[in-house]
Parts: sequence; C-alpha cells; structure tokens
Amino acid sequence: MKTIVSWLIAAALAAAASLSQAVTLRVSNQGDIGSMDPHSLNEALQLSFDINIYEPLVERDKNMGLVPALATKWIQTSPTVWRFDLRQGVKFHDGTPFTADDVVFTFKRAAGDGSDMKGYTNPIKEVRKVGDFAVEIETTAPYPILPDTLTTLAMMSKKWCEENKAERPVDRRKGIENTASFKANGTGPYRLKERQPSVRTVLVKNFNWWGKADGNVDEVVFTPIGNDATRVAALLSGETDVMEPVPLQDVERIKSAGFNVLQGPELRTIFLGMDQKRDELQFSSVKGKNPFKDVRVRRAFYEAIDEETIKARVMRGAALPTGLMVGAAVRGFQPDMNKRLPYDPEAAKKLLAEAGYPNGFEVGMNCPNDRYVNDAAICQAVAANLARIGVKVNLMSETKISYFPKILRRDTSFYLLGWTPSTVDSHDTLSSIMATPNEKGQGQFNLGAYSNPKLDELTLKIQSETDQKKRNEMIREAFKIHQDDVGHIPLHQQALAWATSKKVELTQLPSNYMYFKWITLKSK
Amino acid sequence: MLTVAFIAFMLFQYVGDPVTNILGQDATPQQRQQLRADLGLDSAFPVQFARFVGNAVRGEFGLSLRQGRKVASLIAERLPATLELTLIAAVMALAIGIPMGVYAALKRGSFVSQALMTISLIGVSLPTFLIGILLILVFAVTLKWLPSFGRGEVVAFGPWTTGMTNVDGWRHLVLPAITLAVFQLTLIMRLVRSEMLEVLRADYIKFARARGLPDRSVYFRHALKNTLVPVMTITGLQIGGLIAFAIITETVFQWPGMGLLFIQAVQFADIPVMAAYLCLIALIFVVINLIVDLLYFAVDPRLRVERTAGAH
Repeated sequence: MKTIVSWLIAAALAAAASLSQAVTLRVSNQGDIGSMDPHSLNEALQLSFDINIYEPLVERDKNMGLVPALATKWIQTSPTVWRFDLRQGVKFHDGTPFTADDVVFTFKRAAGDGSDMKGYTNPIKEVRKVGDFAVEIETTAPYPILPDTLTTLAMMSKKWCEENKAERPVDRRKGIENTASFKANGTGPYRLKERQPSVRTVLVKNFNWWGKADGNVDEVVFTPIGNDATRVAALLSGETDVMEPVPLQDVERIKSAGFNVLQGPELRTIFLGMDQKRDELQFSSVKGKNPFKDVRVRRAFYEAIDEETIKARVMRGAALPTGLMVGAAVRGFQPDMNKRLPYDPEAAKKLLAEAGYPNGFEVGMNCPNDRYVNDAAICQAVAANLARIGVKVNLMSETKISYFPKILRRDTSFYLLGWTPSTVDSHDTLSSIMATPNEKGQGQFNLGAYSNPKLDELTLKIQSETDQKKRNEMIREAFKIHQDDVGHIPLHQQALAWATSKKVELTQLPSNYMYFKWITLKSK
Repeated sequence: MLTVAFIAFMLFQYVGDPVTNILGQDATPQQRQQLRADLGLDSAFPVQFARFVGNAVRGEFGLSLRQGRKVASLIAERLPATLELTLIAAVMALAIGIPMGVYAALKRGSFVSQALMTISLIGVSLPTFLIGILLILVFAVTLKWLPSFGRGEVVAFGPWTTGMTNVDGWRHLVLPAITLAVFQLTLIMRLVRSEMLEVLRADYIKFARARGLPDRSVYFRHALKNTLVPVMTITGLQIGGLIAFAIITETVFQWPGMGLLFIQAVQFADIPVMAAYLCLIALIFVVINLIVDLLYFAVDPRLRVERTAGAH
C-alpha cells in the first residue's frame, strides 16, 4: 500500500512538473482527422490539421492574404510560367534538408493515383527544378490564381516518402496500408508525436522550425468527440480548451458559463438549386414542361423565402444572409451587389400566376441532414415559406452518404447545397456551380444545369485574365447575369462557431483552419 | 453466421455510396466512376457477396474505406476497450443486482425495497444515452469529479491495451460502466426478486424451515441457488446485448471501442468495417450461447443425471 501511495505521489509530482514546463492545448472536434497524409483527402478538417505539420509554398495570413511560407518569393516570368524561390536552410522533422527535389516530388505525388488534390494540380503542366532552391511551374493556360491554389498543397519529403513506400497516398483499391496515413514528416511548426485514430493525436513543437511562432503552445492534444453534448461537457468541465463546432443551441449556455464563443462567417455559401435542364421535372405535379425554365418561377421562389426568419429562428442568428454566391472573404466578392431580393410573398404569388401557375404546383426537394449546420431545418423552413405561395414541397431529407450520390447523378428537381471555393477565388464558384456543365469538368456541381453562354464565356476569360481590375469587372458582370437570371437562390453563409476557455487566445479564419502556432494559452 | 453476413451485406446496398466521401468536392465524375469500379462497388450484388465471404473465411476483411487501414487491425485495436467496458458493466450488474434482488424479495413491502423497485423501474425505462448524459452533467460538469469522455491513459500488453492498471483509466471507466450497467442491473434485480419470491413459496423451502435450518442457510444455500438458472440464461443473453448496447454508451462517452468504430463506419458507409463488425458480433453471440448451455450442466444436477442415465 505504501509503495502504491508513494508511487502515486511521484506520478502526480511528475505530472505537475511537466505541466509547469509545457503548455498543452487540448482541442476537440466533432470528427477525427481522416489521415496524416496531406494529399489523401481534400477536406477542411484534415487539411487544417495537417497544415500544422506540413507546410505549403505559399500560405495565408490572419487576413487571408498570401504570405511566403516555403517559397520566399514568386514571380510570373511569362503568362504561363512562374518561378518560385525556395526558403533555404529549412529541414524536415527527420533532419533532411528541404530542396527543389522535394517540391518536384510533391507535385508529382499530388497529381498521381490516390491523391485527392488533383483539382489543384490539374492546371499545372510541369514543375521544373531550376536550382537547388528554385522551381519553375508551368501551367497549361494563363492561371493568375496559382499562388492561391498552392496554399493547400503541402510539401512532403522525397527521401522520407521513398524510404517509407509512401510515394503515393494510400490506395484503398490495393489493400495495402501506407505509412504516410499515420506517420508524418513535414517542415512545419509542429511534429507528430502520437497518432491513435479516433482516440487522440498529439503534436509537439518543432524547435528547429524556420519561422517564429506567435503563440506559446508546446503540445497539442487533439481528441474527436462525436456527441455534441459530450463535447460541450468536456469543455465546460475543463477537460478541453478549444472545441468546434459548437451546437447552435448551446452557444448561450457556454457563454454564460464563462467561456468564449467565436463566431465568424465561413467561406461556404448555402444555396438552393433548381433543375433547369430537363423538359419535364422528375419530381413534380407539372407534366410536359419544366416550370424552373421560366425565370419568373425562379424569382418567385426566391422572393417567397424569408431568409431573415431562417437566420433568426433556424440558425439562431449564426448566419449571414447573402445575395451573392460567394462570401466576403472570397476574391471577387462585390459588397454593393450583396443584396437579396426582398422577401415578398405577394409579389411572388403574382409572378407565379403570370408564369401560368396561379395555384402553384408540387415539387420534390432533396436535402442533406448531416452535412451543413441545421440543413434539414433550413429545408423545412423553405418548404413552409413556399407553401404560402401555393407551392407544395415534398421534402426528402437524408444522410449525406445517400444524398450526394443522388444529386451528383442529377436525380433531383430542387436541392440545397453548400459550396466553399477552395481557392478562395470567385472563379472556383463560377466554374463549379454556375457555368454550364461540360465534359471538361466545368459546372460539375451545377446540378440543375443552369446555363447562360455569356456567363460561360466570362468564366473562361476570368480564368486567364491577369489584370486584377479587368478581372474583377468581369466577375462583377458574371455575378450580375447570374443574379438577373436567378440561376440559383443564395441563402446565407453559415457561421463558424468555436468555443474556448478564457485562457485561450486564437485567430479564427473564414476557411475554418486552426493554426496552432497562432494560439496563446495564458496562465491563469 | 452466413445468414448474418448475407443480411448485413444486403443492407449495405442501401446505406449509400462511400465514393463521394473518399473523394473531395473537386473530383471529376470520371474519377468517381473509376474509384467505384476499382473498389468493386459496381459489380452485381452476388459477386460482391461471394468476394466478401471468400475473403472473410481467410480472416481478410480488406481496408477501411475511411481510414485506409486494415479492418482486422482496427477491430483488434478496439476490441479490448469494448470488452473491458462490458466486463466491468456485467460484473457491476451482477454484483449489485443479485443482492438487491434478494433483499427486495426477502423484505417485501419494506420501505427500502419499495424504493429499490421504483428506482429499478426508472432504470429499466430510461434510455441509455440519457443516463449517460445525465451522469456527465452531474459528475463531470457540475461536480468535476470524473472525466466526461475517452479512456484516459492506457497501457499496452502486447496487442492488448488496458486502462485498468492505473487510476486515470479507472476514473474514465466509472461513468460509462455505470451507464451501461444500469439497465442490466435493474433487469437482473427484478428477475432475481420475482424468481426468489417464486422459489420461497416452494415446498422444499417450507420443509427446510420446518427442519429448523437457519434463515441464512435457507435463503442463500437453497433458495438463491435455484433462482440462478433463469438468471444465468438471461445474463448470458444480456452480455451479448451489453456489447451491442455499448454502441450507444461508447458514442456518448467517446469510448474508443468497437461500437464507436461501427457508428463511424455507418456514417461513412465504410462497408468493410461494418461487415466485419456484424460478423464478429454474430460470432460473439454464438459463443456466449454455447457457454451458457454448457453452464447449465455445471449448475443444474438434473441435466447431468439424465445424461448419465441415458448412457447406461
């Protein structure tokens, strides 16, 4: 007994000692990080975590501006060629120096089998080494937003990947595990110490990091807690310091318990789409024609939706109603155009009558129920709004794993979707959501196939226009066309909600990335 | 087991498509189609099933679609957590449930046993997740005595990890184990009580009393022993149930066991993990039922007698 007691005391003392030395940040999230491999999945949580270990050539600062990371400077030497000078003296966590070979290797890896980052590497034709610390990147066409694209491509070590047989991200098809999924070797401010999937992931400070951290965190313990109530409880009981996302109904409670809740608009825009392609809607009482082909019907739907009430009731204030398909942090955002059509059910009814549906009609609506904040409740509110102008909505809410395959097959007449332009540039939204779908992958998520040739033409021009002012004018024009056509019905940008204890000082980005190097824990 | 595998597999046709989860939003339709083909998801149902069974008998469940790791090793990693939790919960249910049941039967009508019965009714009817959340609210948030989630420090002995060698591990175990045990505990208590009442009315108890045997001997040697056969049957079945119910408890407490693994797999349509889990649970049920049947022989002398008689 005595030995046990003394052993316990010793353990407690050791724990206390390590506490006073190292500043540990305990983070919990709804889900676990999918993999330590920064190229295996293009998903915000995984990229956000892995970027603390692996760094890109160019990164974002606290205002979402571009700043040098592993590249110190970049210039465009011709419309399609960029030269990047690399930072010298940078070492990977295993001590290998970072050179141009690693950059060339990374681009090959990110463009290869098993990688989910091909969307970023597609515009790139070739990456050439032009010295130990310089590379040239050639794009297939002029591509002014290349540096933006590169912020999501984390650099990996050629030597380490080859030694660990991780030259490619894990290939689920071959049934062979891949070291890069659960080990990591980056250049970033934190190195991976422990990885237990779905249990905990521990990062420790990299003392050989080239940069200077703003924060004081020495160790990060990341725990996924799936259950909302438990995640809130863990924060309130002091077992975690930071947690996200905060369930909207708990915001007030957390605040009143003496914790901070940070809310900011996310980059993602939530909107409604309508099938404008089929000659007869698949799920509707209207036969022989497609009411959504008529702009008056689309406009009537828009005017019938009471977004302010959705914001206040469904989103409990945690949303930013929007008239544009992109949020304020996205390049090409037009502040003066960000106005919604007025909520006016009477006018909407009149428009419907003009279009030949004085008594409204029935239409099926598809909605996810576990993808966006309160997604199914938003759809219910929309259905209730539309009922007032005589449109009967047959709502079908389902889990994302059955929802997405369905709408990607375009088996839908009316749907809710959210979109984050991954390049933080309007072109991404124009090309993925608004442009006419074609074989080259354009309009891939324009699931209702809204189409306006003028907008298509502008989208192509915007992709390669390098004069920012002209480019902005074109984006403006494209957005104007889309608004006049009511191509989609934008609803809002949902708010990100993080909760922290009073000790924590951090910066929240609209991209929902959490940079541990910017976090400070004050001692009480 | 084959039936379970078949039914499970048939259900998987409806859980959705993992491909959209594996590839991010920027993937092209061609990439999605290609992946679907490479994973064998586009072949006909009988073909997929035959392939699955063929691999399963070799203990090969493939790679988790979500984590990109071997399903067998994922389950092996999670199994200790679930078994530990279930074991403690079962022990708790038996160790507290049986004495409480006996007490309630002997002191029928007393205030304490009335109170026990009322509490047990609440225990039977409250859903597990609610009990879990209430316990977290009281012991973790308000009183700050016990941790609200996870398994705490674990020590590895070869492939087996355990939290039972240190205080932190036990602290983490308390709330989930209680949550999981409450239903079983109350069930066992009510069962023991009613069986005991039944037995106490039997003739041999009256004879035992008439012989002047002390109460303790009558109750615990003769009566309790005879109530245990049905209790054993139910407990055996319930241990299977405990493992299944552990899904909810594990979700609430973020307990890194198989139940949590299964829930996460369902949310992702991670078919290899779901299939392996259901097969394993089926196997556990089969094994437990076998053990219970064998235990009958150990406890009930009549069965043994009949058997030896038959052999003559």
